[in-house]
Amino acid sequence: MNSGAARGRAGVIGFIVAETSLFAVFVVAYLFYIGKSLTGPFPREVLDLPIVGTICLLSSSITVALATRALAAGRIARAGAWLLVTVVLGLAFLAGTAQEWRRLIVERGFTIGTNLFGSTFYPLVGLHASHVILGLVMLSLCLVFAWSGVLKVGHASRVELVSWYWHFVDGVWVVVFTVVYVVGR
Amino acid sequence: MSSVPTAVPAPRDIAPATESSGVLAILHEWVVTVDHKRLGVMYVATGLVFLVIGGLEATLMRLQLAWPGLTLVPPDTFNRLFTLHGTTMVFLMGIPIVFGFGNYLVPLMIGARDLAFPRLNAFGFWVLLFGGVLLYFSFIGGDGLYGAGSAPAVGWFAYAPLSERAFTPGNATDYWNLSILVTGFGTIATAINLIATIATMRAPGMTLGRMPIYVWTMLTVSAMTLLVLPPLSAAQIMLLLDRFLGAHYFDTQAGGSAIIWQHFFWFFGHPEVYILMVPGFGFVSEIIPVFSRKVIFGYASLVAATVAIGAVSMSTWAHHMFTVGMGSTLNSFFAVSTMLVGVPTGVKIFNWLGTMYGGKLRFRTPLLFCCAFLFQMLCAGLTGIHLAVAPFDWQLTDSYFVVAHFHFVLIGGLVFTVFAAIYYWFPKVTGRMLSERLGKWHFWLFTIGFNVTFVTMHFPGVLGMPRRIYTYPADRGWDMLNLVTTVGVPFQAAAVLILVINIVYSLRHGAPAGDNPWEAWTLEWATSSPPPAYNFAVVPAVTSRRPLWDLQHPDDPDGPHE
Repeated sequence: MNSGAARGRAGVIGFIVAETSLFAVFVVAYLFYIGKSLTGPFPREVLDLPIVGTICLLSSSITVALATRALAAGRIARAGAWLLVTVVLGLAFLAGTAQEWRRLIVERGFTIGTNLFGSTFYPLVGLHASHVILGLVMLSLCLVFAWSGVLKVGHASRVELVSWYWHFVDGVWVVVFTVVYVVGR
Repeated sequence: MSSVPTAVPAPRDIAPATESSGVLAILHEWVVTVDHKRLGVMYVATGLVFLVIGGLEATLMRLQLAWPGLTLVPPDTFNRLFTLHGTTMVFLMGIPIVFGFGNYLVPLMIGARDLAFPRLNAFGFWVLLFGGVLLYFSFIGGDGLYGAGSAPAVGWFAYAPLSERAFTPGNATDYWNLSILVTGFGTIATAINLIATIATMRAPGMTLGRMPIYVWTMLTVSAMTLLVLPPLSAAQIMLLLDRFLGAHYFDTQAGGSAIIWQHFFWFFGHPEVYILMVPGFGFVSEIIPVFSRKVIFGYASLVAATVAIGAVSMSTWAHHMFTVGMGSTLNSFFAVSTMLVGVPTGVKIFNWLGTMYGGKLRFRTPLLFCCAFLFQMLCAGLTGIHLAVAPFDWQLTDSYFVVAHFHFVLIGGLVFTVFAAIYYWFPKVTGRMLSERLGKWHFWLFTIGFNVTFVTMHFPGVLGMPRRIYTYPADRGWDMLNLVTTVGVPFQAAAVLILVINIVYSLRHGAPAGDNPWEAWTLEWATSSPPPAYNFAVVPAVTSRRPLWDLQHPDDPDGPHE
C-alpha cells in the first residue's frame, strides 16, 4: 500500500473542498448583486464572451490528463510534451483575461470601484485567474523536472494530484463563465 | 489484515533521542518541531494563555457593569474589550484548544505515528499564533501613524457596513480582519490534515465503526471547518477589498447590502459554535465510559448524532438574524432547523446518561466536570430552543439573555469539557497526575462561580438589559442582578488560578502516572506516558472499539458483543 499517495489524495481532496467553499461565496455574492448596480457600465455593455480562452482552458484539462497518463506509462518525454501544451494553453487563457482587463480598465475606465458589477466581477474573475497562475507554476515545475530528468514514473501519483487541482480550476471556470458571461450578461 | 500485532521499528531518523540542555536548545527544539504532540501541547498552551487574556477582558467588563453608573472603563475601551474578548475566546482560545487536542489525540487514538502532513501542521500552529499576536498588536498599530493606537471595536462579528472605512477609520478593523483571516488559513490547513490522517492512517483493524467517538467528532468538525471557514475568509477578503481598493460589497450607498455580511458571517459563525462544541462532546464520550467502567451506551447512535449535528448545524445560521426582517418563510425555516439540531444533541445526552446508568462511577475530577457539563449543556440547549422561536427571539435578541445562553454553551459546555479533558489526558501528556485535591477545589469554585454569574445573567436579559452597553441607569431593576453576576467572577478567576498552579506544581511534583492511570481502553493509553516521538513501538491490531480491553482480556474480547 502506498500510503503516501493515499495521504496526498486525501489532502488534495480536502483542499479542493475548502477552495470550492471559498469560490462559492464569491459566486453567491456575484449572483446576489446581478442587476443591483446603481450606475453603469453594465455587463452587457462591456463584457464579450471569452470563447477562445475558454476553449484553451477546457482543452488543457485533456492535455494534463494525457500528461499524467504518459507519465504513469513511463513515457517521460511524452509527458513533458503534454505538460508543455497544458502550460501554453493555460497561458493563452491568462492572456485572454489580461487583454480583457486591459480593455476594461484602460480603455473603458471600468474598475473595481466603479459600481457593484465591478466590485463583484474583478474579485471573482481575479480569484480564478490567481488560481490559474498557481496551477501554472506547479505545472511548469513539473515540466522543468520532466526536462531535467528528475521526473520519474514513481512521481506519477504526485503529478496526478497537480492535475486534479488543474481540473478543479477548470471546473471553477465553467461556473464562473456561466455566472458572469451567461447568466449575468 | 492479520489480527496478530506486528512490531514496527521506530523510524531511523528520530530513533537516537538526543538529550538537549540549555534554554535556547530546548526553545529551538520546540520552535522547529513538526511532532504532532508538541504542536498539540503548544496549541493548547496558546489557547490557555488566550483564555486568561480573554478572561481578564471579561473581568474588566464585569467590574464596569457591577453597579449602575460606574466609570471604571470608558465607553470606547468597553467596545474594544468586548470585541477582543469575543474574538479571542472564539478564534484564539476555542479553536486552538479544539484543534490542539485533536492534534495530540487523534494520531494516538487511531494508532498513527503523526498527522498526515507534519510540516503543514506546524504551519497551521505558527500562523494561528502570529495571527493572535497580530490581533493584539492592534493596540499599538490600530491608528496607523496618527496616534497612540487602539484595538478594533466593531464586535466579534464585525458587521459590515459598520466595519467599512466610512464608519471605522484607522487600521484597527484591518488588524481584526487580517488576524482572523490568517488564523483561518491555519485552521483550514489543520482540518485538512486531520481528515487526511483519519482517512488514511488508521491502525490495522481500526475500521470507521471502531474509531473512538472523539475521533469521529474531530472528523466531523474538520469537515465542517472545510465547508464553513472559507466563506468567512471570502467575506473578509471582500471587506478588505472594500476597505483598501474601494469595492462596494457592503457599501449601501452604491447599492450594496447591509445584510449579506451577516449571512456570510453567520454561515460560518453558527457552525463554528458546533465546531467548538462537538469535540467537547467527544471528550465527554471518552471520559464518561472510563469513569463509569462501562462501554459507551449506543455507540452507533452517538456517531450518527455527531454527524447529524454537523450536517444540520450548517443550515441554521440565520437564526442569528430573525430581527433583520427576512420574512416569515425564512424565519420559519431557520426556526425549525434550529430546533431540529436539538434532537441529535438530546440523543447524546441520553447516550451519556445511559452509559452512567448502572455503572461503577468513580467521581474523579474529569467525571465531576462531565457531570456539571451534562446539567449545564441541558440548560444551554433549553434556552437555545427558546431563542429558536422567532417571536421569542424578537423580544430578547441582543439582550443579556442571549449572552447568558451562549456563555452557557461555550463555558458550561465547552470549557467544562476542556477542563475535564485536561485532567484526563494530562497524565498521558506529562507522565504525571494532576493533584486531585486541587482539582476538586478547581471544580467546585468554577462550578459555583460559573452558575452564580451565568444563571443570574439570564434575568437582566429578560428584564430588557441590552448587551454591549458600557453602563446603565439605576432605575431599571438591573443593579442587584448585575452585582451578583459580577460576584461570580472572582470564584472563576480563583478556579483558573488553581488550575494553573496545579499544572505548574504537578509538572514537577505530581504522582507518576504510568501508562494507563485511569484503566482506559483507547489506544493512546497503550503507549508510555509521555509517548515517545514515534508514538508506538508496536502498533496493535485493533479488533474492537476497546483495543486495550481486548489486549488485557484475551479470553473475553469486545468484538463479539459489538
